Amino acid sequence: MYRYDSYDQSIVDARVEEFRDQVQRRLAGALTEDQFKPLRLMNGLYLQLHAYMLRVAIPYGTLSARQLRKLGEIAAKYDKGYGHFTTRQNLQYNWIKLADAPEILAELASVEMHAIQTSGNCIRNISSDQYAGVSADEVADPRPWAELLRQWSSFHPEFTYLPRKFKIAVIASDDDRAAMRLHDIGLKLVARDGLIGAEVYAGGGMGRTPMVAPLIRDFVPEEEIVSYLEACLRVYNRYGRRDNKYKARIKILVHELGVEEYKRQVEEEFAQMRDLGLNPPTEELDRIRAFFAAPDYETGLPEEIDRSDPAFALWVDRQVAAHKAPGYAIVNISLKPLTGIPGDASAEQMALVADLAERYSLNEIRVTHAQNLVLPHVRKADLHAIWQQLEEAGLAEANLDLITDIIACPGLDYCALANARSIPLAQKIAQRFADNERQAELGELKLKISGCINACGHHHAGHIGILGVDRKGVENFQLLLGGSGAEDASLGQITGPGFSEDGVVDAIEKVTDIYLAQRAQGERFLDTYRRIGMKPFKEAIYG
Amino acid sequence: MVEFLSFRDGEAAQEPAVTVESFTGQSNSTAVRIEAGEDARELLPHLDRLSLVEVNFPAFGDGRGYSAARILREAGYQGELRAVGDVLVDQIVAMRRCGFDSFHPSKALDDAAVERALTRYADVYQKSVDGRAPVWAKRHPEKIHG
Repeated sequence: MYRYDSYDQSIVDARVEEFRDQVQRRLAGALTEDQFKPLRLMNGLYLQLHAYMLRVAIPYGTLSARQLRKLGEIAAKYDKGYGHFTTRQNLQYNWIKLADAPEILAELASVEMHAIQTSGNCIRNISSDQYAGVSADEVADPRPWAELLRQWSSFHPEFTYLPRKFKIAVIASDDDRAAMRLHDIGLKLVARDGLIGAEVYAGGGMGRTPMVAPLIRDFVPEEEIVSYLEACLRVYNRYGRRDNKYKARIKILVHELGVEEYKRQVEEEFAQMRDLGLNPPTEELDRIRAFFAAPDYETGLPEEIDRSDPAFALWVDRQVAAHKAPGYAIVNISLKPLTGIPGDASAEQMALVADLAERYSLNEIRVTHAQNLVLPHVRKADLHAIWQQLEEAGLAEANLDLITDIIACPGLDYCALANARSIPLAQKIAQRFADNERQAELGELKLKISGCINACGHHHAGHIGILGVDRKGVENFQLLLGGSGAEDASLGQITGPGFSEDGVVDAIEKVTDIYLAQRAQGERFLDTYRRIGMKPFKEAIYG
Repeated sequence: MVEFLSFRDGEAAQEPAVTVESFTGQSNSTAVRIEAGEDARELLPHLDRLSLVEVNFPAFGDGRGYSAARILREAGYQGELRAVGDVLVDQIVAMRRCGFDSFHPSKALDDAAVERALTRYADVYQKSVDGRAPVWAKRHPEKIHG
């Protein structure tokens, strides 16, 4: 894992002191709320329905045991004892007092964490693949590039007041586990003639105008990625719309200019910028890369897993993924208990997972965009012991990528923007499909719920998506089918008129019945939908 | 409180700035004002006869002026580069990094707060046009020349 040196630490510490000063000025009345707002937003502090919400960055989704333990301690000390993992590998605390915020940032800084640029119209937390470094199919571990970009984007002087927020994801596998093409810029590392570089996708995003990002360059050499991104951002900063915040994201610019014209402008700017010395030397990437070197895995470990306990075997089949090292496995920890809140973890659960990581996973934890956790380096021989401890803590749900592994935004229970409640609906759906066999029968089925058109719950990218809207003061839920945030990225289509909360659960059941009746051998829900189209589903729902 | 802030040696330019349109026409003016949305690249052929470029910030959240400034400095502009309009204390550091060397905000600034802001961060992560060595250059001094 990356560790701060004295430069990184001094920058984060300076930010804490700066914010302490700003909060004091606000509490003393020297700053009005209007003047304070842009300052607190740059530190991820939002004023929500009931309290302040603080969003903490988890860069590229990697945490140490020490960091996760600290996140749990903060939840216990300053919040109501829990935190919420988001779809962008951040953690949100929903019940923060303004006066406590500087001290929380100081505690985060003590474990090399921060909330810098987790909101505001700037470059946000760089996200990545939760299996980075441990999956066999990657070209390289993408995290060194993500860390390089974390540093490059932090307090970037030119790109801190962009037309709108800007999200970047970096992956290095053909399997896209990070919804890369639904980001403002997505980078996919590829090898060409023995050299590493990036395919660059620009102009993806969700919100009210969802777009899958088109490819704008098929290879940027690794040593020029920073200057190429500067060119991409400069063109966006120049031409991105500022008259209408709903049309200000880069996806609208790329769409309105056309991909070819945007590319041309970027290339023109890149030609000017590539020789300005903006790129760190390769030694810097090497320095960062050394922190992510593969650990010394034990050899000669057993591959067999004792499957005599059926509940354990079910969990292994669902939650455990292949690791590149023999005798090791990747463990997915579900934060989607059937009666819980998707993505929430209590202080005690965070402490437990930190303990497990320390004992069984070389101190490391990953956070996924699907709001789950991962122990990336687990000896197969330890799986049973881990499962037992997870079970005692209510963390042993076996539902990875199944219909109850629901992505949901906080919704109207917390969020000032929401039109509808996401959490109670997620719980109703989870209960309707709770039966293990039924879920397994339906197979991979990614269900995603957003409580408003801003799409934090990624509903456009759900195999089944749900969008909560306000219809004359009553919550109403639209149903979408056929989206995907993976390597086969696509946007879901609305089935037709919306439903009540119970009505949409019934409609989902009808949709899954059609899938079961019509699927061909080996087809996932999404495959069947793509083959037979919307019509049969629509007839079943509205017919 | 200060109404005008300069980081240049000598007198600030006094000539009133004209619009980009009249400047790039036949004007003899040596001072020009860029509005948000105007393309700083139009000035590049004329940099040698300019002594003042004002960049207007109509609202503090409109960040186009940061790019305008950096583009001019990257092209070698040495004259005064002045940020005017809705310019706040907490933005001075980034503006300095993009090449602004004078400030005439629509609301006066607290000079003590400006001083605190300018000295708060000892290090920066990016190379820009202010000559500050980024952290990566300090980490690898043997690789950086000039």
